[in-house]
Amino acid sequence: MFALTSSPTASTSRRPKIILRAKTGWQPVDIRELWEFRELLLILALRDIKVRYKQTVLGVAWAIIQPFFTMVVFTILFAGLGRLPTDGVRPEVFYYCGMLPWQLFATSMASAGISLLNSQNLITKTYFPRLFIPMASVVTGLIDFAIAFTVLLALMLWFRVAFHPQIVFLPVFVALGFFAAMAVGLWLSALSVEYRDVRYVIPFLTQFWMFATPIIYPSSIVKSEWKKMLLGLNPMSGVVEGFRWCMIGTPMSSREVVVSAVTIFLTLIGGAFYFRRMEKTFADLV
Amino acid sequence: MSDITIKVQGLGKQYRIGKRQRYNTLRDRIAALATAPFRRLHTAAAERDGQLFWALKDVSFEVNQGEVLGIIGRNGAGKSTLLKILSRITDPTEGVVEIDGRVGSLLEVGTGFHPELTGRENIYLNGAILGMHRGEIQRKFDEIVAFSEVEKFLDTPVKHFSSGMYMRLAFAVAAHLEPEILVVDEVLAVGDAAFQKKCMGKMGDVASHGRTVLFVSHNMNAIEKLCGHVLMLSRGRIQRMGTDIRGIIREFLGGDAEAQDTGRWDNPGDLYVNPWFKPNHMSFRDEAGNFVLMPAANDKPFHLRIEGEVQTLDPDLEVGIAVFAEDGELLFRSFQNDEVQERWPRLRKGRNVLQVKMPARLLNEGTYRVELMVARRNDKWIFCPGREGPPVYLTILGRLSDSPLWIGARPGLLAPVLNWQEIA
Repeated sequence: MFALTSSPTASTSRRPKIILRAKTGWQPVDIRELWEFRELLLILALRDIKVRYKQTVLGVAWAIIQPFFTMVVFTILFAGLGRLPTDGVRPEVFYYCGMLPWQLFATSMASAGISLLNSQNLITKTYFPRLFIPMASVVTGLIDFAIAFTVLLALMLWFRVAFHPQIVFLPVFVALGFFAAMAVGLWLSALSVEYRDVRYVIPFLTQFWMFATPIIYPSSIVKSEWKKMLLGLNPMSGVVEGFRWCMIGTPMSSREVVVSAVTIFLTLIGGAFYFRRMEKTFADLV
Repeated sequence: MSDITIKVQGLGKQYRIGKRQRYNTLRDRIAALATAPFRRLHTAAAERDGQLFWALKDVSFEVNQGEVLGIIGRNGAGKSTLLKILSRITDPTEGVVEIDGRVGSLLEVGTGFHPELTGRENIYLNGAILGMHRGEIQRKFDEIVAFSEVEKFLDTPVKHFSSGMYMRLAFAVAAHLEPEILVVDEVLAVGDAAFQKKCMGKMGDVASHGRTVLFVSHNMNAIEKLCGHVLMLSRGRIQRMGTDIRGIIREFLGGDAEAQDTGRWDNPGDLYVNPWFKPNHMSFRDEAGNFVLMPAANDKPFHLRIEGEVQTLDPDLEVGIAVFAEDGELLFRSFQNDEVQERWPRLRKGRNVLQVKMPARLLNEGTYRVELMVARRNDKWIFCPGREGPPVYLTILGRLSDSPLWIGARPGLLAPVLNWQEIA
């Protein structure tokens, strides 16, 4: 729509022609267009946040309640009754610290996955980069994450868990979690337009994936370096391990993290291409 | 001014009819895998069986900068598909479109409005969705608010708005869009008459500022007032195009000449099939039940007979007529249940013959299109007035009054003979 101007002031000058024709095959992501529409991404994410907590009594507190009570249950069940190891850290902090990046991933991925189905009206009546619809969901997840993060800081102070210098790498792992959610979200959302099954797959997937990720157990229980790399194929295991390493100093296998990061970026690139390929059918199928 | 802004060449859009394509599930896909070797065959069969159809085919035209192009056509003629392609919502199946400039499209009023958000928040949201920059919206914010007339409710969630307020706010945002090319679907049909007038004025402004406008409407008055060129689509193809607005509109409204001459319409058999009411015949009769020959004198009432089959008996089923003047302006509507309940004709399942009496000396000389309307009350239109239902044409000529002084047609849509008395 307004894609081809770089600034509003350029609107009177001549702009390149838009050519519309049948698209076939794989389309790269149009970064310039995404940049042009960047304000819309923010506005869509803000809309999701405002709407989510309207007419709720507890409002934003919901972003905290979920990971907090999961942590409480885990502490009682797994650390208390099950006596699972937590790398020598207070189980409360250990679990909450694992839940945070997981929640970022799980909620963002799930809402991104069904985001296109929930935006039928936008898709059939207006044009803007469709990528923004799942992306906005992931950005929303990031804001929930930021709110829940404050509770982690409070927990660490309360239980007197020391901060470590590697905390400077924290943004790297948050970004990895963000991209992991985006990668899986892109795949799921593009699939959901054609296959409505996705709606039912998501809760199921989230549940299984969580147990496959070192949240209630440390990956230090896996001894062989080779098996750890295998564990890294689950992109979230590298993210969760790395996040905990930054915050509470539990051991981390750098090879595992590298494997996870590579998996995330391959999934993301693949997802972006698949999304672009399916994009042209969205308005007709959704 | 003769700069070509939009160039459309051999445009076509194919859709597949049928459920499988729409709601694909994994199960279907697995089944499809098993039959993959036969798929080529399958596509050919689909085409032959008419499961693939062209919503648009071989459409080519050019629009110059500053032109206002009206697009008319019956429902399903491909108007919306054309606008969707030009707005980049969907890709064409074949052909090329070249567009020189930014396109702002307004296919629906209030796209992306969120009921939980306030008026203010929705202005920003909707503006951004339509492609406006934040600065642009801020600059025009006051203007938008003033245009919409909802200042007092700016901080109220729009779910509490009346539908009129909602529409006004939505249109106000859209009206302040400033692209070089504006693509507008039937959106003027919202709000009350005063607001519609305001919208029309705004559209006229847009056009007079040298911007190119593509405008779809069923309102022929609006088309005639705003457009310099008209494109008439029929079954996905261009039927007429040009600057002879009146001529094209007349052709579009005229329908087939035969129906116009005889004042009757017969269903050839398989048209207008739907699960509720299938019309079979419509004609004008005189008091004795004989066909009225067109043109008809205006001194006797016209009895419009409607024959049809009720497929599903429903107490909410409504049958009515809408009477349009030659230029497409609606004169009035009438339904079978307009009078006190005791006098409603009873509809029964199967064949029904209804008759409605239109008074003599109400309409002026001219040709009127009387269109069948069918609806489920408070639910949905089955034949929505404005080219969905079958029409019959009433042509009135002569005997407008018994006065020796009133002979020919007078200006005005109606020509009733009223009773004058001296009181003192």
